Amino acid sequence: MRPRASWHPWVMVGPSVLVLVTFFVVPVLVAGYQSFFSWDLLTEPAYVGLSNYEKLVVSGEAVALVGRTLRYSALVVTLAMGLGLGLALALNRPGRWVAFVRSAVFSAYVVSWVSVALLWMWILDADAGLGAAIARGLGFSRVGFLTDPNVALTTLGIVTVWKITGYAMVIFLVGLQDVPPALLEAAALDGAGPVARFRHVIWPLLRPTAAFVATTSLIVSFQAFDVIRVMTQGGPVRATTLFVYAIYEQVFLDLRVGRASALTVVFFVVLVSLSGLQLWAFRSKTGRPT
Amino acid sequence: MKSLPARTVAHAITLLAAVLWVTPYAWMVVTSLKTLPEIVAAPTRVLPEHANLDAYREVFATIPVGRYLLTTSLMALSIAALQLTLALPAGYALAKLRFRGRPAVFGLVLACLLVPAQVTFVPVFLMFAKVHLVNTMAALVLPFAVSAFGTFLVRQALLSVPDEIIEAARMDGASETTIVYRILAPILTPTLVSMFLLSFVFHWNDYFWPLVMTTDDAVRTLPLGVALFREQGTGVRWHLVMAANVVLSLPALALFAFAQKHLLRAVAGR
Repeated sequence: MRPRASWHPWVMVGPSVLVLVTFFVVPVLVAGYQSFFSWDLLTEPAYVGLSNYEKLVVSGEAVALVGRTLRYSALVVTLAMGLGLGLALALNRPGRWVAFVRSAVFSAYVVSWVSVALLWMWILDADAGLGAAIARGLGFSRVGFLTDPNVALTTLGIVTVWKITGYAMVIFLVGLQDVPPALLEAAALDGAGPVARFRHVIWPLLRPTAAFVATTSLIVSFQAFDVIRVMTQGGPVRATTLFVYAIYEQVFLDLRVGRASALTVVFFVVLVSLSGLQLWAFRSKTGRPT
Repeated sequence: MKSLPARTVAHAITLLAAVLWVTPYAWMVVTSLKTLPEIVAAPTRVLPEHANLDAYREVFATIPVGRYLLTTSLMALSIAALQLTLALPAGYALAKLRFRGRPAVFGLVLACLLVPAQVTFVPVFLMFAKVHLVNTMAALVLPFAVSAFGTFLVRQALLSVPDEIIEAARMDGASETTIVYRILAPILTPTLVSMFLLSFVFHWNDYFWPLVMTTDDAVRTLPLGVALFREQGTGVRWHLVMAANVVLSLPALALFAFAQKHLLRAVAGR
């Protein structure tokens, strides 16, 4: 449609453009610019070229960060997807009890990360926690869920899974609505058991949904911060220092703006390419856009 | 239609899910009703001997819960209201009006979908520090005044609204403001409710942004206040932390119970 006056559209999009440019575009560019400087917030910034990036690589911090973040993401994405899909299949039936369980699982997604983190800190408390008591009852020795460097990252991953599985489940439940019951009945009449029906009828139709869930939970896991800040502060011995926490640490604890900006740039590039890559992978597999 | 073993498996999964997702909440509430000796006693009793609200009294006496609640509500409501107000005209122009630069503006909206707050917070913090806006409501609200996702949603929803409605309104002499806020907004109610709920719940729960944009108590929000309460030496007094946690999670759970249908539709994108 033609606008009534040629300036109308610009008044309408103006405020939005202003806010998006100020708080999204400019900060990304500024982060890129500042990554070439060394700045401690107190003295004048000094141009250092690529040295911030060089230090990230040489010190091995970049590789360690990517490795830890990928390990955590792999755990979160596979478990949240698997559990979400399993729960969606099991809970896709009528009844008040089933509806209550669906709500309970999804409620974790609505509650804040801080609530969830504090809740699990108490449950996993190595001495007085409920989880520790159950572990002892089952004959395990004392486990430092959050204090053992070999266990802490897995613990955070599982807490994250507890929080976002409800989201995956809801998206899969919506996807299941698109599976025509007639198709399932026909398959059953042809002698297909539950497993065969899932493999040959449900799963092909659910693939675009699965791609969506995978991408979303990947992005959520890459942005992990709250659980880390509340539960471990990146420790023990940096075992749970993931990307966003590392950036936060560089700025607010170490006052190294340049290094933090270089990390931000790397983080942004990884995030964008990962979601692009995953969408592409699922698209070529399903043969249709997701 | 389902075979017997499949049904048994489904029942077992349902029960297991109920245990895994209800027990933690129940444990939180039970703990908040206990006293310190009961917390440290080993082995722990499941239920408190004399359930009492002492932990809540102590939490309310130690941290300004009321002020945190007020700040959090004000922040989340302002953000959601601003997002709706600005997304409507922008979405209208992008969906319905032909103008030079439209592809560029739409491209900007799509590009911003890829940029999370975790990427922008360092420069934005330094920006606000320069103009002395750290520790103000402005630093909490302004960066979220426009939601790229919300603008995108409104634009998509308006694409399926027929042009004739707008043409008829123009013939009747309605101004563009009237068309956007009085005629199109009511048609989009389901989309706008979804947007509002998603935005409100997200920012009510947000910990990251208020954490990096505040250095004192001036505009501290509830998630921040509760997390800080634990950090500042509650030690083994987990009954206090769990009482604070009940206060923090109850509003979100209540809103969920109240608006479950809308919230689910919003999350599922239908």
